[in-house]
Amino acid sequence: MDILPLVFFFIMGLAVLVYVVLDGFDLGVGMLMPAATEKEQSVMVSSIGPFWDANETWLVLGVGVLLIAFPVAHGVVLQSLYLLAVAMLIGIMLRGVAFEFRMKAQGWHRELWNWLFWAGSFIASFFQGAMLGRYITGFESGFFYLAFAVLCGASVCGGYVLLGATWLIGKTEGPLQKKSFAWARWGLLWVAFAIALVSAATPLVSETVRDKWFDFPRTLFVMVLPIGCGLAWLWTWREVGRLEGGSKASHWRPFMGTVVVFVLAMMGLAYSLFPYVVIDRLTLWEAAAHPTALRFTFIGTAIVLPFIIGYTIVSYRIFGGKAKAGLYD
Amino acid sequence: MEEALVLARAQFGLNIAFHILFPTLTIALAWFLLGFRIQYQRTRDPALLLTYKLWTKVFALTFAMGVVTGIVMSFQFGTNWPGFMKHVGAIAGPLLGYEVLTAFFLEATFLGVMLFGMNRVPDWLHITATALVALGTSLSAFWILALNSWMQTPTGHIFADGQWIAGSWIDVIFNPSFPYRFFHMMLASGLTASFVIAGLSSWRLLKAPKDTSARKTLRAGIVVAAILAPIQAFVGDQHGLNTLKHQPAKVAAMEALWHTEKGAPLVLFAIPNQKTRTNDYAIELPYGAALILTHDKHGELKGLNEFGDDIPPVAPVFFAFRAMVGLGVLMLALAWFGVWMSRRERVVPRWLLWTFAGFTFSGWIATLCGWIVTEMGRQPWLVQGILRTSQAVGEITGAQLGASITLYVLTYIGMFIAYMIVLTHLAGEGAGNLPPDPVAAAMPVARAAE
Repeated sequence: MDILPLVFFFIMGLAVLVYVVLDGFDLGVGMLMPAATEKEQSVMVSSIGPFWDANETWLVLGVGVLLIAFPVAHGVVLQSLYLLAVAMLIGIMLRGVAFEFRMKAQGWHRELWNWLFWAGSFIASFFQGAMLGRYITGFESGFFYLAFAVLCGASVCGGYVLLGATWLIGKTEGPLQKKSFAWARWGLLWVAFAIALVSAATPLVSETVRDKWFDFPRTLFVMVLPIGCGLAWLWTWREVGRLEGGSKASHWRPFMGTVVVFVLAMMGLAYSLFPYVVIDRLTLWEAAAHPTALRFTFIGTAIVLPFIIGYTIVSYRIFGGKAKAGLYD
Repeated sequence: MEEALVLARAQFGLNIAFHILFPTLTIALAWFLLGFRIQYQRTRDPALLLTYKLWTKVFALTFAMGVVTGIVMSFQFGTNWPGFMKHVGAIAGPLLGYEVLTAFFLEATFLGVMLFGMNRVPDWLHITATALVALGTSLSAFWILALNSWMQTPTGHIFADGQWIAGSWIDVIFNPSFPYRFFHMMLASGLTASFVIAGLSSWRLLKAPKDTSARKTLRAGIVVAAILAPIQAFVGDQHGLNTLKHQPAKVAAMEALWHTEKGAPLVLFAIPNQKTRTNDYAIELPYGAALILTHDKHGELKGLNEFGDDIPPVAPVFFAFRAMVGLGVLMLALAWFGVWMSRRERVVPRWLLWTFAGFTFSGWIATLCGWIVTEMGRQPWLVQGILRTSQAVGEITGAQLGASITLYVLTYIGMFIAYMIVLTHLAGEGAGNLPPDPVAAAMPVARAAE
């Protein structure tokens, strides 16, 4: 048993997790745009402006690691998800360019780009969820599986809205922050509902996943994940309420709590899948690239990834503090 | 299968052609920005600050177009060409991975600092961020061209465990055509960016003749183009000789040379006929091709007959090559004339401004032609001598590909129109509307985040 495929499985998981949290909040902010006034919209856009380009890069890294370390799986996964991936990519393109264009446009042009920014964020989020849904059911087809994919699409939208709302709680003040508290509540309810449904449905649609979770006494250990997730959710809910009530605690608490919820959900997902990269079909050792490729890529990753993490943190620190409108003028 | 191959190629070709426009512009534009930024630091001239701000906006816009279309590419390696990953993935994958790791994150992260950090970080950090963005875009080109060159002139690979793997990474990366291709592309980017800068600045000067910022950038664009164009002519020639050595079929297609001959003529114009394997309506210059390619009037050149059925589509390669060279010559002449005129007269005459405005996107067209030559010219090989394009195609059905091509085409047309509208807007009215920024000029020190 070679260790490198395992290492890359971890790196891929990390890239996807970082992607979900980082691009998740900016996609969420995009989806919340129509609920804000014009002035608030410009604050919201300012709050994600310096980051969104780099946030999306984590998606490229995630797909890239799949391509480099598990090339066979990359082919199988992306060919099975072909049209969903195309729809997701078109969403990403729409919102990316709409983001740039809306700042340089005026009048109805700006309105049009706002709507495309919203639509692109929504399409990208929904189809990411739908892809996830198809992926964890091993690309089975049929009405039930389709409904499951739609459910996952809606869940990811809800999750991103929650990330976006809690990001805005940290990044804004005044009326916009007040709105964000309400958005965060809706997001939290949505996420609770979604995680419960997906957790209940996944063992039903996949026998492999069921066997993993309901294998006594292992069940006792892995139950740490859903219990921890529930506690983090409750804490986040409470912190939103306390901050709204005027507490002096850090405005970043709800975002942090949300991140913990996401990390635990992701760990649950990784546990469900392991050791498969394509469920029931390809284990990560079967799908692994040639050792020469893994070794060469590993050297670069080990050297460069810490730098990437370092300068990403630097950039978040530079643009820390509350966002103001007109970052672009 | 046949249908899927054609559609998969059409789709990939469309995406890559659309994608390449944007990096072609940003690679060199980033270095221009660094130049403007350093100049501003030294002189504190407000016109230079305006210049920097305007062109960072153009850069951000173009970069975003490049990023989103690039994400599409990263998905399509697996969807359209699973055979590519299966056979040479152990070589191609890591090269793509190094691009993401060393270049992509660097440029995307420091772009934020470069765009919005001027009043938030100290000057030295802002200049460093600008430099890192430039370094990142060039590194990106380095890795992508290393992979592309390896596919054209593979070295350093060995066959083991049922696939091609790297025997020596140094040989894989620094394969025989890599230096030529890399410098050719970097210079192409330099020329593209200088003509876009000169063209848009001319456009602004036509609207507002007193705009000092536009006058400075026009001059910068013309001078850089005048310096780069002759270097490009030399590098391009060397690149051609390298191709003759390693990919003679491509050169034969570029010259529409159907049969091996000594003292081959240079075909000035013809309509290559793939069926009869002859040139219709040919106008030829005796001994021309032999003289250019072998530096000997009677030198022998291999014709397409040497390669059996393994030949590329001749007509597109032939015409694209001529269009590229022709446009290159025009760009060189125009840049030199521009320098000469601007030395002679203080104000560039309006008709010359119109000419530069008309040539704004000449670099893009020449680059696209160059890519047609190099990519179609290597067909039917995906990796020269190792993997055929037909062996790499996936199992996506024609219907799925048809649907996705339609979606992509519609999206791309919309994006392109919007890009052009914003670009002309920035070049025209936007320039006059840029507010002077006395705050930034007066406050060079970091303003801490509140």
